Amino acid sequence: MATLVAASVVIFAVLDILPGNAADVMLGESATVEARQALIARLGLDQPAPLRYFAWLKGLLTGELGESVSYSVPVAELINERLVVTAPLAVMAMGLTSVFALTLGIYAASRHNRLGDVGVMGLSQLGIAIPNFWFAILLILLFAVKLQWFSAGGFPGWSEDAGGGPWPAFKALLLPALALAVVQAAILARITRSAVLDVMREDFVRTARAKGLSQRQVLWRHVLRNAFVPVLTVMGLQFANLLTGTVVIENVFSLPGLGRLVFQAIANRDLIVVRNVVMLLAAAVIVINFVVDVLYVVIDPRLKGHAA
Amino acid sequence: MSLVHRAWRHKSFAIGGVLVLLLIATALLSFVWTPYPAAELDIPNKLQLPSAAHWLGTDSLGRDIASLLIVGARNSIAVGVIAVGIGIGFGVALGLLAAARRGWVEELVMRFSDFAFAFPALLSAIMLTALYGPGLVTSIVAIGIFNVPVFARITRAAANGVWSREFVLAARACGKGATRITLDHVLPNIVAILVVQATIQFAVAILAEAALSYLGLGTQPPQPSWGRMLNEAQTLMFKAPLLAVYPGLAIALSVLGLNLMGDGLRDLMDPRLARAR
Repeated sequence: MATLVAASVVIFAVLDILPGNAADVMLGESATVEARQALIARLGLDQPAPLRYFAWLKGLLTGELGESVSYSVPVAELINERLVVTAPLAVMAMGLTSVFALTLGIYAASRHNRLGDVGVMGLSQLGIAIPNFWFAILLILLFAVKLQWFSAGGFPGWSEDAGGGPWPAFKALLLPALALAVVQAAILARITRSAVLDVMREDFVRTARAKGLSQRQVLWRHVLRNAFVPVLTVMGLQFANLLTGTVVIENVFSLPGLGRLVFQAIANRDLIVVRNVVMLLAAAVIVINFVVDVLYVVIDPRLKGHAA
Repeated sequence: MSLVHRAWRHKSFAIGGVLVLLLIATALLSFVWTPYPAAELDIPNKLQLPSAAHWLGTDSLGRDIASLLIVGARNSIAVGVIAVGIGIGFGVALGLLAAARRGWVEELVMRFSDFAFAFPALLSAIMLTALYGPGLVTSIVAIGIFNVPVFARITRAAANGVWSREFVLAARACGKGATRITLDHVLPNIVAILVVQATIQFAVAILAEAALSYLGLGTQPPQPSWGRMLNEAQTLMFKAPLLAVYPGLAIALSVLGLNLMGDGLRDLMDPRLARAR
């Protein structure tokens, strides 16, 4: 909670107090005195900074986020419209990350120091090095330009009434989700492999093998559930990274999500929208990190005593 | 066997080292020679395929792609050096302070670094850009700010390990103050870890700057930038798909080199592995 409040103070200070008068930033130098005064009155910028800050905090808690200067619609409405793109995109990317990373990480650990392990580690090094927006462009080149299986960008909407539908919308998010997933999967695969190898070196695993269980039986019955603790915590942290990653990927694929919204707001100097979207993304990162910290203690009972 | 000799026999370090040397050499080369002036427009020869005259072809304004890539290397190195420098300068100082003072000072520093992690480079850049407008300086500051908590955490963890060692206890028993102990004993013993982390953060800085420039928040025209080259190439994907390959490859190879070097350095500086040798 303290981190959330501190984040809100910093965001407010940077985007509301530091500019001097936000109306000057939003309207630019060529604005008339009347337009400037009207905007100041409309946004309450003549109020002292602490009052404006608490009014903003109250708005964050009640969903009254003010009105966008450039779109002239409530900011909450704008954010809700864009969340239906960004949230499913982040969830799909996390799903793909988990599938790829866990499969490759477990495979690499079971083939430790053999060709399979070396191959997976080499691939993961490449995955970490490749910028996700470049990978996105390469995916567009292959699947949209060359093979024409997907469109190069855009989002048709989840509703068939709007000319879209669940399948077209899912298809439009698949390449972006893949682009987001590749880097995170590369990192998570290494962590999964490392966690599985650490557990495989434990005495109880040696005991299980001595009792006659096969490598596969030991892996599935004993190793994986113990290796999952650090893997799950990293997955939680990666979800936070994915959320900020959507900002770039949405711009590559021209998806009407939160990322595109914030960049359009910057271009339009709409500080109200920028402030609220940045707060939303920072809050999501903070909350997810907190949930991961709590889950870590819940999942691993050995940590409960330490936590107490 | 000397450290340098062992380093070049380590596969990861050797491959990474070659790629990083290539990056540095390219950046240095850009100061004395490029095939063509990077900013020189040649509209009649726009979108040329690779040829003897233009090794990697030309872009939509007739600029030589190879020259743009070479000058862009300079940009990437500058961002990496300054952003990592900011992270090391402030982060290491905070981490050392936290480990030396402990108590509420350590708690405050760690809470600050936890809080700072809520602002990835991209979010920080968005806020700063909204305020000050896009530019190389803004992006360097944003990336640098993000490096501070990374180095603060690593420094504090490593320094705490050194503070509990007997030779530090002996130094305290001799009457040495915390500052003197930090400078004479703690810092020299954690330099290896910081060097490894700096290599990794350098790679992160190159990726972050490329992403910011791709979005138009980083390096501004006419200064060449690998990230912005990718943005421009995307608009011409149907006409000139190759334009999207070269800058991405340059970024990937640079980051790969730094990551491999960092992995290699970590292995070389691990005392357990050194004893095994």
